[in-house]
Amino acid sequence: MAKITLDNLAHSYFSNPKSDIDFALKEMDHVWADGEAYALLGASGCGKSTLLNIISGLLHPSQGRILFDDKDVTQSTTADRNIAQVFQFPVVYDTMTVRANLEFPLKNRGADPKYIMQRVQQIGAMIGMESELDKRARGLTADAKQKISLGRGMVREDVNALLFDEPLTVIDPHMKWELRTQLKSLHHEFGHTMIYVTHDQTEALTFADKVVVMYDGRVVQIGTPNELYDRPQHTFVGYFIGSPGMNVITAQVAGNTAIVHGLKVPLSQAYDNLGGKVEIGVRPEAITLTEGKGLPVKIRRVEDVGRHKIIRAELFGNEINILAHEDQPISTEMSHVTFDKDCINVYVNDWLNCGVPA
Amino acid sequence: MDKTVNQKAWFLVLPVLILVAFSAVIPLMTVVNYSVQDTFGQNEFFWVGLEWFEEMLQSDRMWDALARQLMFSTIILIIQIPLGIFIALNMPKSGLWSSFCLVMMSLPLLIPWNVVGTIWQIFGRVDIGLLGYSLDALGIPYNYTQNIFAAWATIIIMDVWHWTSLVALLAFAGLKSIPDAYYQAAKIDQASRWAIFRYIELPKMSGVLMIAILLRFMDSFMIYTEPFVITGGGPGNSTTLLSIDLVKMALGQFDLGPAASFSIMYYLVILLISWVFYTVMINIEKRGG
Repeated sequence: MAKITLDNLAHSYFSNPKSDIDFALKEMDHVWADGEAYALLGASGCGKSTLLNIISGLLHPSQGRILFDDKDVTQSTTADRNIAQVFQFPVVYDTMTVRANLEFPLKNRGADPKYIMQRVQQIGAMIGMESELDKRARGLTADAKQKISLGRGMVREDVNALLFDEPLTVIDPHMKWELRTQLKSLHHEFGHTMIYVTHDQTEALTFADKVVVMYDGRVVQIGTPNELYDRPQHTFVGYFIGSPGMNVITAQVAGNTAIVHGLKVPLSQAYDNLGGKVEIGVRPEAITLTEGKGLPVKIRRVEDVGRHKIIRAELFGNEINILAHEDQPISTEMSHVTFDKDCINVYVNDWLNCGVPA
Repeated sequence: MDKTVNQKAWFLVLPVLILVAFSAVIPLMTVVNYSVQDTFGQNEFFWVGLEWFEEMLQSDRMWDALARQLMFSTIILIIQIPLGIFIALNMPKSGLWSSFCLVMMSLPLLIPWNVVGTIWQIFGRVDIGLLGYSLDALGIPYNYTQNIFAAWATIIIMDVWHWTSLVALLAFAGLKSIPDAYYQAAKIDQASRWAIFRYIELPKMSGVLMIAILLRFMDSFMIYTEPFVITGGGPGNSTTLLSIDLVKMALGQFDLGPAASFSIMYYLVILLISWVFYTVMINIEKRGG
């Protein structure tokens, strides 16, 4: 178990990166605290897997250092770093039995046979494959194979960190839930530092203490699920987290008023001299439909998802989403919206601006 | 709905039937025909039943040729399969060098058998061949026309040179299909190089290796041109493999009856061994070995 520090780290798959665009991973400094469970969340291709592979040592960064506790491991091999990693698609040793698969990492490190026996039994129970331990891995289903991969990742107790690269993609939804819960309880029990890569926000929010959101090779926000939801630091976070995501509306902001297409929207904070691209971000549930107050909208579609209604509407030609309570009647008279002023975030060039108390 | 019955449809398959008849069935039946008849010339044949088969089964000549043939096939398989795998493992996986290696390795496969034989025949000659001359100059006795060991060594090395690339290319294709994640997982699990080969590469290559073994076995078991060009079956009968013996019998001595029964048995042996190979390997595959 170790604290993992990324110091001035960046990576490019090109040998001579020229501009920012060439970097799959832009310069970053970050500390992964010892024993925490992190989720690394982001859209496909944002550099999550690259970052994970750099931490595990499968990839060496083009710049910067990685420290485990205070030891520089930038050039160390995966074996030296003593890391466990589980991949997106099941990797099992086909010709071995399930048991031999689980034993493999321990045997390679020369563990005591008695201990191996007992530990494998324990892991077998954890992944729910006790009865299949002596079966060959080849004929098993994709889920079962992935459970073996997970088991192989968890079998060593002394690892510095456990890394998961979208491990539940191939697992069916019910089993997904169960395995995720088990991973979490495993984390509570052993206190490993865990990093869990995913593009599924539910998975990220349920698994992790802290969620690290990546966008375009950058870490844009690190926070608890709650922080990410209420105060997204970047428009991408707002849009990516939540379903539907945050509405981002172009506006001018002066003092404690935002002006959207000439109409005033009150804000809770005051802002001065904002330059660049200014937008306001409003969560769908902070928007209320009215019969004349606020900004004019055209309702396009109402989707009733059972617990609430999602209203797809148009505001000055841009789509906005509104969340309404299940019981709230929606009538054709509702042609305007108001925003809950405490829930409006102001973004300048995509980054949150906190303003000052009005 | 009523089915239209139109027997004229048979005419559509007729061209194929004729083609197959002339290219396969009739020649094969001619051989069968010869194998059960004898002649004293003047195109007069009479029925002898299975006599030729009995005679061939009792002839040392055929058993000796079969033994030599089995030895030849076994030796080249023992050399070519591991060597091909070894080359494939050590080839650059991508980039310009990889393509270069692939092209270089394919070259021997493109040379006609006859030419390969001639190349090695000249290469090994003590008077003008680079190999023969050099060995001779180094004081190593080497003469494939007189020394049995030298003759065998020459045809085996020639076959290895000619066909190992095929095994290597097939093995390489098998290796290329292994996803990166397997190697990454192996690194994480701290698997040794041997363990990676044993538990990842070999199982993933088993399919193509099966094809390689089968192809190499059948080809080597039927080999004729190259050893014929180099040694002509000699010295003595030492490199007279089955097909060389067969040609000698059929065309040299014009013993059509024995040669025909010989061919049929030769064919059945190849079929049998290939079938056994295939069945065994498929079973191993199924049991997940």
